[in-house]
Amino acid sequence: MRLSGKGLIDRTKPVSFRFDGNVFQGFEGDTVASALMANEVKLVARSFKYHRPRGVMGAGSEEANALLTVGRGAAQDPNVRATMQEIFDGLETRSQNRWPSLHWDMLSVNDLAAPFLGAGFYYKTFMWPKAFWEKIYEPIIRRSAGLGALSGAHNPDRYEKAFAFCDLLVIGAGPAGLMAALTAARAGADVILAEEDRLMGGRLNGETEEVGGMAGADWAAGVVAELEAMPNVRLMTRTTVTGAYDQGTYGALERVAHHLGDRGGRPLECFWRIVAKRAILCAGAIERPVAFQNNDRPGIMTASAVRTYLNRYGVAPGRRVTVFGNNDGVHQTARDLIAAGVHVAAVIDNRRDATDSNDYPVYRGAEVCNSSGRKGLESVTFRSLSGEDKVETDCLAVSGGWNPSVHLTCHMNGRPVWNEAIQSFVPVDGMIPGMTTAGACQGTFSTHGALSEGAAQAIVALDTLGISAKVTDIPKAEDAPYEVAPLWAVGGKGRAWLDFQNDVTVKDVKQAASENFASVEHMKRYTTQGMSPDQGKNSNVAALAVLADATGRGIPETGTTTFRPPYVPVSIASLGAGAQGAGFAPQRFTTSHNVSVDRGAPMIEAGLWYRPSFFPARGEKTWRQSCDREVNMVRNAVGVCDVSTLGKIDIQGPDAGAFLDFVYTNMFSTLKVGRTRYGLMLREDGTVMDDGTTARLGEQRYVMTTTTAAAGPVLRHLEFVHQCLCPQMDVQMISVTEQWAQFAVAGPKARDLLNDLVDDDLADENWPFMACGPIKVLGVGGRLFRISFSGERAYEIAVPARFGESLFGELNRRAEALGGGLYGMEALNVLRIEKGFITHAEIHGRVTAFDIGMERMVSAKKDCVGKTMSERPGLSGADREQLVGLKPVGPVKQLTAGAHLFEVGAAAVRENEQGYTTSVGYSPTMESYLGLAFLRNGRGRHGEEVVMVDHLRDVTARCVVCDPVFFDPEGGRVRG
Amino acid sequence: MRITCPICGERDRREFYYVGDAVALSRPDPDDGDIAWDDYVHNRDNPAGVTRDLWYHEGGCGAWLVVTRNTVTHEVLQTELASDAKEAMA
Repeated sequence: MRLSGKGLIDRTKPVSFRFDGNVFQGFEGDTVASALMANEVKLVARSFKYHRPRGVMGAGSEEANALLTVGRGAAQDPNVRATMQEIFDGLETRSQNRWPSLHWDMLSVNDLAAPFLGAGFYYKTFMWPKAFWEKIYEPIIRRSAGLGALSGAHNPDRYEKAFAFCDLLVIGAGPAGLMAALTAARAGADVILAEEDRLMGGRLNGETEEVGGMAGADWAAGVVAELEAMPNVRLMTRTTVTGAYDQGTYGALERVAHHLGDRGGRPLECFWRIVAKRAILCAGAIERPVAFQNNDRPGIMTASAVRTYLNRYGVAPGRRVTVFGNNDGVHQTARDLIAAGVHVAAVIDNRRDATDSNDYPVYRGAEVCNSSGRKGLESVTFRSLSGEDKVETDCLAVSGGWNPSVHLTCHMNGRPVWNEAIQSFVPVDGMIPGMTTAGACQGTFSTHGALSEGAAQAIVALDTLGISAKVTDIPKAEDAPYEVAPLWAVGGKGRAWLDFQNDVTVKDVKQAASENFASVEHMKRYTTQGMSPDQGKNSNVAALAVLADATGRGIPETGTTTFRPPYVPVSIASLGAGAQGAGFAPQRFTTSHNVSVDRGAPMIEAGLWYRPSFFPARGEKTWRQSCDREVNMVRNAVGVCDVSTLGKIDIQGPDAGAFLDFVYTNMFSTLKVGRTRYGLMLREDGTVMDDGTTARLGEQRYVMTTTTAAAGPVLRHLEFVHQCLCPQMDVQMISVTEQWAQFAVAGPKARDLLNDLVDDDLADENWPFMACGPIKVLGVGGRLFRISFSGERAYEIAVPARFGESLFGELNRRAEALGGGLYGMEALNVLRIEKGFITHAEIHGRVTAFDIGMERMVSAKKDCVGKTMSERPGLSGADREQLVGLKPVGPVKQLTAGAHLFEVGAAAVRENEQGYTTSVGYSPTMESYLGLAFLRNGRGRHGEEVVMVDHLRDVTARCVVCDPVFFDPEGGRVRG
Repeated sequence: MRITCPICGERDRREFYYVGDAVALSRPDPDDGDIAWDDYVHNRDNPAGVTRDLWYHEGGCGAWLVVTRNTVTHEVLQTELASDAKEAMA
């Protein structure tokens, strides 16, 4: 019921929204919870396990009952707290975990089966038959228990991540937080004030108390206005600080656009990493409910929530309200209700010395022990020394006292300590380096106390940063002592809820204790108390108090479970913002990309790069036809291929040669200027790391090529070797992979193609095999390397990347004029297999130089990375699997990569395995499938026959073992 | 987590690539024997407390750093350029 003239809502701006298909009206400033309450909707949800009718219980992010699904279709957002979702025109919300409807839910039958569904029922009930678990039990449980569901479709919403930095982060903008931020801001510090709510002010917005002679909410608004005008302050509303991490880093979730019908290009959420030199936690406290029989009916809520709905939203949660509790908050609630014109049916205070009142009936030393009403509260029963009595009521405001929100102080292994005076846990100083606490989150419950502590902690924090802050006048505010009597669970039969969200009752906790799950961590896991989205914010302290009672220990000895981030649920989408789809693996394109795509080449991934697999010509129906044509083209005319993706590292300095001698197994200091050499690189453990050619461009300048995959790791390795092992060497290196576009021009007509293009005469006397040097390409300064990965006469021509696309087009035109053209990765692969050249398919991280037949490349004249360990026994010799070639000789002519090798006649089982294939391809040159493989003692077995068995693809082929160089073993073609 | 690069200043740990124990700076001589090499390449302590390890400022200046930190408290006690640390060992 909406009350006139009260609250911080804008009554000039009506808003309409939907809940379960029905249209409701509210005002700007309402949440779904307050607007539904104004429309007298009490039943908003069904509970997790028993499908009990549930209503709104609180007014903040800790809400345990009123979880809704917001939106429709792919972007639907489940388990949204009705207390946090602001309404806007067109907002669509639905209740969850009910079928067919909220009011008529078939699975409320679970409530009748409750005796069988207590703690540990999964473990006891569904033991056998074992096969039933996956097919029958689990699907049934999953369907009947649970909260909201994701759509299962790709989430189209946009999320962001951001970083922020400040001198002082103030977490929470209640009286303590506002005072801390104001003190620090006036001293000139760089301040961030983060507040979960849309409004700053904390409890002041929900109470009638005065601060500095004005309404608390007005005082808060005044402070916010002052802060807003200061350039050194950043105010972040709708932002929950979710975790405290190392070195002053805090995670924070900003709900940027959940409250907007038209987002205007804004992301839905932003996940912040705030780096703060100092932080003050002013997170406040959460009021706890009391466990009694049937304490979960719609209409039963915390007393502070009742005051918030009254004072902030101008909504009466009921017409006849009863208040129950153990502290003076119950009387404040009664006074607020009466002031708002709402009838107070009774105040039930469990303290025998509680104050009496002339305005409403007070039952001292009494406790509520039961409630009734099917889908909404109708009456409560209470017990006092004079016996049981019943009172008709449609709303019960409950206060079991307050729990300081210590969560963030425990995110780095801290444990809070028990404070007898407030009957709750308080944080210990210094549990998060650089963070202090002020106000209710550290057990100071008076407004005056919060204001003074906020100011004092700001002064202390700034002082450690060398900023002196002036003592600010503390505005006059309430300073009443907080008196509370222990009240956790009212005795009696029936179920009394502790964890509303996971349907855990007092009985469940007692049962856990009686079955010896007596430690708090075991109890939590056995009952699931505290494991729901609210993470036990409403139930942890009460549950462990019940456990302490059941086990005969005190609460301090029982202790708490571990508080972990995040403080509130954080969507994976916001944590992973920017990494969806292609953002997860950014695409790297070569300068020839568009030309390749235009030519119809299917692009394949090579790390983050995309490379053409083949260039289909007219009439070709399969990739093999294209690949065979491209291989023949290179062998007989000329082919052009973009090889820019290979890593290129420019290495310069007087010690460049000596440095390369140390990172490569072979010598580079002796390489002549204008020459290129193949190099092999080991890891320090003696296995092969990478290979490639390195060209000497000058006395003190080399350019190294790496494989495409290893470009990053090799640069990192080179920097490691230089900085960590030989910093005395005068050498510098930098990646130039993206600065140069480089194309292979390969085939008998390669020189013919290039001769007109470059300013130099490419006669073999000037440009023999392995020559390199600067060259002008149609007037552009470039580089030429006479190197070959195909076994043909070949050149790699490099130009600055901005000329890449035009050079590629020019090379293609000239190649086609000579009967050649472009070739892709498939042909490149076949060409190198024909020549026995290795790639990372062979040097896969477990092979040694010996295995690939390159042990002689490990120079005896010098040390190098990996040399000592490569000489260990077992890393060479006949027992090793050595690189060989394979050709099919039986009826099956196909080879497959990753297949296993066996002796002829041996059973194809693991124990008999002799080796495996690494690369295969059909060679149009040799008119046969060819394979590269590792075979035990392979070099001693050339000419022998083995059987290749591919268990996955079901291929078995008899093969002959041969040298891995199938084509032109003398290498005559490459020299011209 | 924040690491102070001696060249770039304090940065988020996402800019760095973690490698492992700073023992990697103490490469044995080729003839120091199997035990020395095994210790260098393979054997690592897993201390609860102060440890020195190597981080590479891959998303920054490319410097290798020796970071002294406490694995229990997560305090970063010191950062220095690996090249300085190596030269100081000579």
